[in-house]
Amino acid sequence: MKKEIIVAGFGGQGILSLGKILAHAGLIEGKEVTWMPSYGPEQRGGTANVTVILSDDRISSPVLNSYDVVVVLNQPSLDRFENDVKPGGTIIYDSYGIRHTPTRKDINIYRIDAMDEAIEMGNARAFNMLVLGGILKVCPIVNTESIVNSLKESLAERLHKLIPENEKAILHGMEIIKAEQEI
Amino acid sequence: MSEEIKLLKGNEAIAHAAIRYGADGYFGYPITPQSEIMETLMTLKPWESTGMVVLQAESEVAAINMVYGGAGSGKAVMTSSSSPGVSLKQEGISYLAGTELPALIVNVMRGGPGLGTIQPSQADYFQAVKGGGHGDYKLITLAPSSVQEMADFVYLGFDLAFKYRNPAIILADGIIGQMMEKVILPPIRPRRTEEEIRSQCPWALQGKPKGRKPNILTSLELSPAVMEENNLRFQAKYREIEKNEIRYEAIDCEDADYMIVAFGSLARICLKAQEMARAEGIKVGLLRPITLWPFPSDIIAEYAKKVKGIISIELNAGQMVEDIRLAVNGTIDVKFYGRLGGIVPTPDEILDVIKKEYIG
Repeated sequence: MKKEIIVAGFGGQGILSLGKILAHAGLIEGKEVTWMPSYGPEQRGGTANVTVILSDDRISSPVLNSYDVVVVLNQPSLDRFENDVKPGGTIIYDSYGIRHTPTRKDINIYRIDAMDEAIEMGNARAFNMLVLGGILKVCPIVNTESIVNSLKESLAERLHKLIPENEKAILHGMEIIKAEQEI
Repeated sequence: MSEEIKLLKGNEAIAHAAIRYGADGYFGYPITPQSEIMETLMTLKPWESTGMVVLQAESEVAAINMVYGGAGSGKAVMTSSSSPGVSLKQEGISYLAGTELPALIVNVMRGGPGLGTIQPSQADYFQAVKGGGHGDYKLITLAPSSVQEMADFVYLGFDLAFKYRNPAIILADGIIGQMMEKVILPPIRPRRTEEEIRSQCPWALQGKPKGRKPNILTSLELSPAVMEENNLRFQAKYREIEKNEIRYEAIDCEDADYMIVAFGSLARICLKAQEMARAEGIKVGLLRPITLWPFPSDIIAEYAKKVKGIISIELNAGQMVEDIRLAVNGTIDVKFYGRLGGIVPTPDEILDVIKKEYIG
């Protein structure tokens, strides 16, 4: 088993944290994991992405040109990464601000209205956990228990009171993701 | 004792490993992409647990000279920086080599020359293995290609530095520094006591006891005859290191038609390209030098007798390829492919290069 995932969007959306929680959950389950951020003069509002690889075997390249699962959280990321989904792979996009939706016919397409939902919940910081829930629903690569344990280890002690809220957002994310095209 | 496993960035792994090794001191000055090394040390506060000193110096030059002082007293001391900062340290590194002092230097390379870019690069290969500072000296150069090796090579680097009384460098790059992977933390060693240092490092400056001649540590020797003697002693030591300490990893090289040579993070990307090539029936192997000095010249020369072609792939304009060409001494054509200035090639790109060069 090996899953190669990229999550891309704006800096400040919690993308790197999302990837870290996913990677940590993989570690808890005894998998080999690699978490590779785009690093640079990043800032809130700029573009950011993180590649997460979970595997039963040794992981070769941390840098990839095609992915099993591509998660795009803004239009520039969708435009940039749609073609990098492996044939038969999966794209998940957040519809907020999207003008051109994915067009490929050879991949699974899922939509998650996580930004709208986070705004409605009055909790913008729930956004990345809603997205993580959506990812886990269509690609159950780690189990929810490991994710909760991962939250404990990834978050500073003083933030542990937020874990139930995060867990709820993850479970809610699983409910709001919608299939647009399944092959 | 059960293994301690953590998800760490390469830079964080260096910091954890330094404390666990029982290092006595870290002296540094922040620079991207390696600032997490000192940040992590400052967060872990080892001065409260092991007594290790962590100090942000006023400059890179100050930091390497603090290392020079600490090393002179037999302590396990280190510094870290990225390319432009490591250039500033070169004088100090030459002094460490000339005084035969053990120390660990970490360079998390970024694109140059000058201030360059903060993105990954391997353009400091020459600086590390050919002596970036002045004089005929050698730096034991370790090239990690995983976060695990970032941790492990802190131990290896310090151990080799003390074994040979010679500075060692971990030559990493922005990818390995910034990415997170699973790390099995190496076993904790206590810091050495003054008595242990006295017995293991009789040359160290710890204050002269009665009845012993003073220890003198200096790289200065105005008599050419004595200076030549010193140089010959250094050279003999370097030959010994070349004999004993070459490390490399050969993957699928035995039946290979074509062999990629790559180090550090790029070796990981090349490994994926190598796997893709094999899946297409192209017999490619990967040789990854782990020690860049001493360089696995004899190993490469042996493989050169078996393969049809060798290609060096680097994040620079062609540096290690010169050592490969020296190793094979004209017996086989050695090709080169490199990306510059912080651009990292993808596995596909490397596979295309292999096909273009060898399959046509």
